[in-house]
Amino acid sequence: MTDNNSLLEPPLVKIRNLSFSRGAHKIFDGINLDIQRGKVTAIMGPSGTGKTTLLRLIGGQLHPDAGTVEVDGQSVPKLGHSKLYQLRKRMGMLFQNGALLTDINVFDNVAFPLREHTRLSPRLIRTLVLMKLEAVGLRGARDLMPSELSGGMSRRVALARAVVMDPMIMMYDEPFTGQDPISMGVLVRLIRSLNDALGLSSIIVSHDIQETAAIADYIYLLSGGKVVAEGTTEDLYASESEWAQQFLQGEPDGPVPFHYPARDFTEDMLDLPAGGAN
Amino acid sequence: MLTMLQGLGRTALDFFQRLGRGHLLLLQILSGSHTLLPRFGLVIKQVFSVGVLSLLIILVSGLFVGMVLGLQGYNTLVDFGAEESLGVVVSLSLVRELGPVVSALLFAGRAGSALTAEIGLMKATEQLSAMEMMAVDPVRRVLAPRFWAGVISMPLLAAIFSAVGVIGGYFVGVGLLGVDDGAYWSQMQANVDLYKDILNGVIKSFVFGIVVTWIAIFEGNDAVPTSEGVSRATTRTVVHSSLAVLGLDFILTALMFGS
Amino acid sequence: MTSRMTEIWVGIFVAAGMAALFMLAMQVSNLNTYSNADGFDVIARFEDASGLKVRSPVTMAGVRIGRVKDIRFDDKTFEAIVTLRLGKGHTSLPEDTSASIYTAGLLGEKYVGLEAGAGSNHCEDLALEAELDGSTFNPADCKSNGASNVLHNGSVITLTQSSMVLEKLIGQFVSKFLSESNVEKKK
Repeated sequence: MTDNNSLLEPPLVKIRNLSFSRGAHKIFDGINLDIQRGKVTAIMGPSGTGKTTLLRLIGGQLHPDAGTVEVDGQSVPKLGHSKLYQLRKRMGMLFQNGALLTDINVFDNVAFPLREHTRLSPRLIRTLVLMKLEAVGLRGARDLMPSELSGGMSRRVALARAVVMDPMIMMYDEPFTGQDPISMGVLVRLIRSLNDALGLSSIIVSHDIQETAAIADYIYLLSGGKVVAEGTTEDLYASESEWAQQFLQGEPDGPVPFHYPARDFTEDMLDLPAGGAN
Repeated sequence: MLTMLQGLGRTALDFFQRLGRGHLLLLQILSGSHTLLPRFGLVIKQVFSVGVLSLLIILVSGLFVGMVLGLQGYNTLVDFGAEESLGVVVSLSLVRELGPVVSALLFAGRAGSALTAEIGLMKATEQLSAMEMMAVDPVRRVLAPRFWAGVISMPLLAAIFSAVGVIGGYFVGVGLLGVDDGAYWSQMQANVDLYKDILNGVIKSFVFGIVVTWIAIFEGNDAVPTSEGVSRATTRTVVHSSLAVLGLDFILTALMFGS
Repeated sequence: MTSRMTEIWVGIFVAAGMAALFMLAMQVSNLNTYSNADGFDVIARFEDASGLKVRSPVTMAGVRIGRVKDIRFDDKTFEAIVTLRLGKGHTSLPEDTSASIYTAGLLGEKYVGLEAGAGSNHCEDLALEAELDGSTFNPADCKSNGASNVLHNGSVITLTQSSMVLEKLIGQFVSKFLSESNVEKKK
């Protein structure tokens, strides 16, 4: 661990020796991560390295095979139903496609957590919802149904919904995937400004280097179930790690091979028997 | 041979796993249902989409089934000079069997498949996951209201089916074929027992309501979260719940009318 | 759809379902004939009460006036003791009323048919007389006149005719047929 900023505060999320596998496929193999309070931490890596799985482990939707996941001093996998739900009230998560409830409109979607968890008056709920919608620039879209929104808009609505309970931690699952440059820019700015304005701690899971590097305070690079590199953006660009360089520069071949494991190309083309049998 | 045995074993294990998961889900739904009491509006909303929207098909089918019973019953009874008993034939077959069974089958096709598709899509679009992360338990917020709506709606739908069927039989028997008006009703009243026939019919439809809704919700919640998975789950709901209804009907009939 | 409309529709649905259940209970089933609280009991002894069930109808002149309340077996006389619950309005049935077990239609259910005795059409006589005389007929007269010998609670109907058992009938018919053919043969 590069303990560059020896912190006085303990980290908000502390992951130690985390292992998780799905069937025979090992997704995490003893990883260690710290998410510092008030910072934007990015977790990056190629597709299929279980970045989303990591968020679900932090949110307690999945249970690790081994290791600990601590959020604000509480061990998430050991929490009972009601304790876990209490903790989740202080977490916000932005899903890849927004995951808006499709049978209610934008306003009701943002109001949903408030109506579920609080007994605020309709008047106050309206004020809060419109404030959050204003923050993401969609106050005018409050009466639209989710099916009428573009991808970027529904992500912004989902963002408003995720922060409406004023969480202590926000998790973004691939927030930039499949966005046009304008809505990408909007989201990048929103994530950073929400983090600073609301005093949040943010975790971004992504493989979009430019956008993520622009707002992240600290970056973890994951591959093959391990943390292969970590540090600030500058640290990573300066890093010696071949893997980090390939990922950051977007080179097609390197430690991550271009080819899916297969037998020799010439052999395959000639269809020679590979193992001698048949 | 070995692979066949292995496959058989795996199928059996999968079956038991699904059976176990289904029962665990039912347990979760039942144990989480107390949170619904202060928010009964959620159930009412679902009674609308599960019950009210099934009303039309139940009304039309009930009417036609009753009319067919009237016609068929008359043609058979008239040979014995017993056409006065038409009311008995129509009402007993409806109240005891066709009412609960046919309406449960229609319910599985109309409301059960819709429930599975809705829940499956909510799962596929991560809405259920999102609810969990918003600290809203989807079992309590989404599944339990739908379950209770189904359980409440089914007996009402079956009763409506039977009642409309009796009227349909009346139209054909009395209106078209000339069975005596008074005989139709009086024979019916003399031979249909409130407890033995009607109450047992209600119990049947109540059981069917539980089973069909449970299967539909389980299949939706257990669906592979892709569009193909959801469509498969929808098919399974209709097939499994229809089979369950018919199988259970035999068991219930044997228990209720056996001795 | 506003939530108000939803609630209204659900209300209509539940009301329709309840109405259907109510209709099934009241119109289709025998609930409305359950209440046999009102009325009085008379007893009839039958040699054979096969096919008769509790709640079978008791009719007079084709009109149902009561139901079978109870069927028991008498150890001493080897007869069936059938208790009939008659409606409370039917208090002027003469004492010599007879009871028979009939079948409704060829395959229909058994019921008890009551017939007034031959010499007891007191009211009818009075009414006829009054008509002939040109004087007015007062129903109260016949009631008070016949009060001494009408059926009341606990009365026993002595004139009974047992139910027809199909096997017995066929047996009788066959034996009669056989004996007739025997007679013919002897000739």
